[in-house]
Amino acid sequence: MMSRLLQSRGLAQIIALLVILAVDRAVSPQFFDLRMQDGRLFGSLIDVLNRGAPVALLALGMVLVIATRGIDLSVGAVMAISGAIAASLADTHGLPLALAAALGAGLLCGLWNGFLVAVLGIQPIVATLILMVAGRGVAQLITEGRIVTFTAPDLVWLGNGAVLGVPAPVVVVLGMLIVTGAVVRGSALGLLIEATGGNARASELAGIGTRGMILAVYVWCGLCAALAGVIAAADIMGADANNAGLWLELDAILAVVIGGTSLFGGRFSLVLAMVGALIIQAMNTGILLSGYPPEFNLVVKAAVVLVVLLLQSPRFANVGVVLGRARQ
Amino acid sequence: MNASSDPRPALLEVRGLSKSFGTLRALQEVDFTLRAGEIHALLGENGAGKSTLIKAVTGVFPRDAGMVRLGGAEVAPRSAKAAVDAGIATVYQEVNLLLNLSVAQNLYLGRQPTRFGLVREAEMRRCAAALLAEFDLHIDVAEPLGNYSVAVQHITAIARAVDQSARVLILDEPTASLDRHEVEILFAVMRKLAQRGIGVIFVTHFLDQVYEICDRITVLRNGRLIGERTTAELPRIELIRMMLGRELAETTSERTAAHARPVGEICARFEDYGKGGYVAPFNLALRRGEVVGLAGLLGSGRTETARLVFGAERADSGSATVEGKPVRLQSPRDAVAHGFGYCPEERKTEGIIADLTVRENIVLALQAKRGLAKPLSRSEQEGIAMRFIRLLDIRPPEPERPIGLLSGGNQQKVLLARWLATAPRLLVLDEPTRGIDVGAHAEIIRLIRDLCDDGLALLVISSELDEIVTYSDRVIVLRDRAHVDELEGDAIDVSNILAAIAVAGSAGAKAGQP
Repeated sequence: MMSRLLQSRGLAQIIALLVILAVDRAVSPQFFDLRMQDGRLFGSLIDVLNRGAPVALLALGMVLVIATRGIDLSVGAVMAISGAIAASLADTHGLPLALAAALGAGLLCGLWNGFLVAVLGIQPIVATLILMVAGRGVAQLITEGRIVTFTAPDLVWLGNGAVLGVPAPVVVVLGMLIVTGAVVRGSALGLLIEATGGNARASELAGIGTRGMILAVYVWCGLCAALAGVIAAADIMGADANNAGLWLELDAILAVVIGGTSLFGGRFSLVLAMVGALIIQAMNTGILLSGYPPEFNLVVKAAVVLVVLLLQSPRFANVGVVLGRARQ
Repeated sequence: MNASSDPRPALLEVRGLSKSFGTLRALQEVDFTLRAGEIHALLGENGAGKSTLIKAVTGVFPRDAGMVRLGGAEVAPRSAKAAVDAGIATVYQEVNLLLNLSVAQNLYLGRQPTRFGLVREAEMRRCAAALLAEFDLHIDVAEPLGNYSVAVQHITAIARAVDQSARVLILDEPTASLDRHEVEILFAVMRKLAQRGIGVIFVTHFLDQVYEICDRITVLRNGRLIGERTTAELPRIELIRMMLGRELAETTSERTAAHARPVGEICARFEDYGKGGYVAPFNLALRRGEVVGLAGLLGSGRTETARLVFGAERADSGSATVEGKPVRLQSPRDAVAHGFGYCPEERKTEGIIADLTVRENIVLALQAKRGLAKPLSRSEQEGIAMRFIRLLDIRPPEPERPIGLLSGGNQQKVLLARWLATAPRLLVLDEPTRGIDVGAHAEIIRLIRDLCDDGLALLVISSELDEIVTYSDRVIVLRDRAHVDELEGDAIDVSNILAAIAVAGSAGAKAGQP
């Protein structure tokens, strides 16, 4: 019974999200309260969506990379780079140029990772580790070691504005989700990515250009990370090269894995990766609201990860079957 | 080493050994006898059960039935280590040693000479040098093993095994990556071991080497024992017949049906096509409605030819033309664009994508051919999948089932469907009936014939000679990675193919190693 339930795709994640939201409600009775203020919705639930936006964007790129049986550890560093660029240019050159430069940098970073993985054949975890380490240094060079602040209102709006009451970062995530979904599922890309991740050799022998596709997913991942970096910078009206996006690559990977995409590649779900990002943020917010010290966050996160991974492991499912039989 | 009248005692006796993996019976009541001081070849094509036999004897797999006696006492090792402790050591083709450690450390890993808990490096090196000197190998044992050739690595592995009081030494394809000179060195070591009374089991697919060094031969086919013979009394053609042939009487009547077909014009031609160190340049013309069979022993260049034709390996000589126009086949993608298809021998690792559904597996090549921008809609995909599920009778007829859950025969049909959906002009099938049960086997052969009647050109590789004879219009015989003979029309029968392989074999000693 339990295993049947878990097999229907996405149910486990949605139940997990509901359980965590219910726990949040228990520790903070006002959790679901919403109020409108200055044309923007406020409330803990909105907070979860808003704070979760950068990780959701990262997860959107990461899920495609992981589906090809890769991984991108550099997304946090790419966030720092793009945030630094956007913050440095916003006041002097205007939003369009700042945005273009920041996203262009993300594209280049993705191209670099994709080149290392797809063309040179370096293991993804090592290839992207290079940029993970070097990227933060690049970001610090751009900001010259300072925290660069800006006041350009249009860039600030990206972090703090709202469309019909919905915070701008949430709108950006929704937009990117729709674009990514349209590109991936509207074309044959999704199927070919899943085939490549499932069995790269067989896919190549079936005539799929696996190289170009792997390159493309790293580029997309870099672009998503750059956008996340811009939003994170816009949110605090400044770029901190030391801390922007720090460890967020791990949250993004976690969101993807919680969303049911295996690190061994193959089947992936964009929407469930978003749910994964929400689960993580709902936990973070819940712990903050509960008044426990934030250090708890890490322990709770670890416990949730363990549970999710156990539920996904085939060996654990076997244990469940055996236990089920024993009960009969 | 007079093996014919053999007074030597049996050292290792295997009796009635059986092993199944799921429904596949990998070994069926196999007997095997190794005498002290003999070098005994264990032969058979892929899937014959050689590796399974070795692994069942050395405890890598538990065995289902049967027993193993070593020097008269029953042994039942539970792991490879237990087998070594009992006196049965195995050296695999891929040497299981640590290339970053020194030769001496490799020889004594886990049993280093110590004093007060400290490793006595100097003592260890002295012993290592002395040990290797017994095999006429004089090298600096302090150097990392990785700095030496594969032959030295093999001898190190053998020396380690022998030093751990091995009485039976199993060598699994030790010469596959050695050159002629290195093979000589290894053979000298093997002879020396045999003189000491150690029994050596030699697994290989180089028949010249078998005749050079082995006293006795055991042949397996499809998990069964075909026979044990003395090398001196077994002509090469008879050996090949044991390895490949089945009952000849079965097949003669079927042959007539195959070559009555009219054959169309040439659709793909390869001239002086080859790759250095992979397969020698060959000429190959493929006509519409014709089945060309590739026959030869394992490692003769059959699969290599197929991979070159399909662009999975890049040729470094010669030219290819499709429908009269010169083409470059740099990748499978190019080949697919020119209307080629390829069902590889390794169905699980190179064919199916286990997690994806039958529908997705079927449309994959067609989708790749159409490109990203022209996705097949879900209903188009379902239409294609259902058409081929019905046409090829794929069971169960559920397009949404992950292909990994289907039987081998049905997986093979799905792969055929994947290529048929692209409406190819040439289909290359590498061992299309491998690991498939008897019923599905006949069906696949019927499908091959039907496809050909529809005007498709087929290039088919098979170890089953009677199968090749049944459907081929032309048979190309390979040996030592070269195309050596071609049979056509009435000349195609099992004995002619066997003769071509064997004749080529005795003349081919000059070719040496690949």
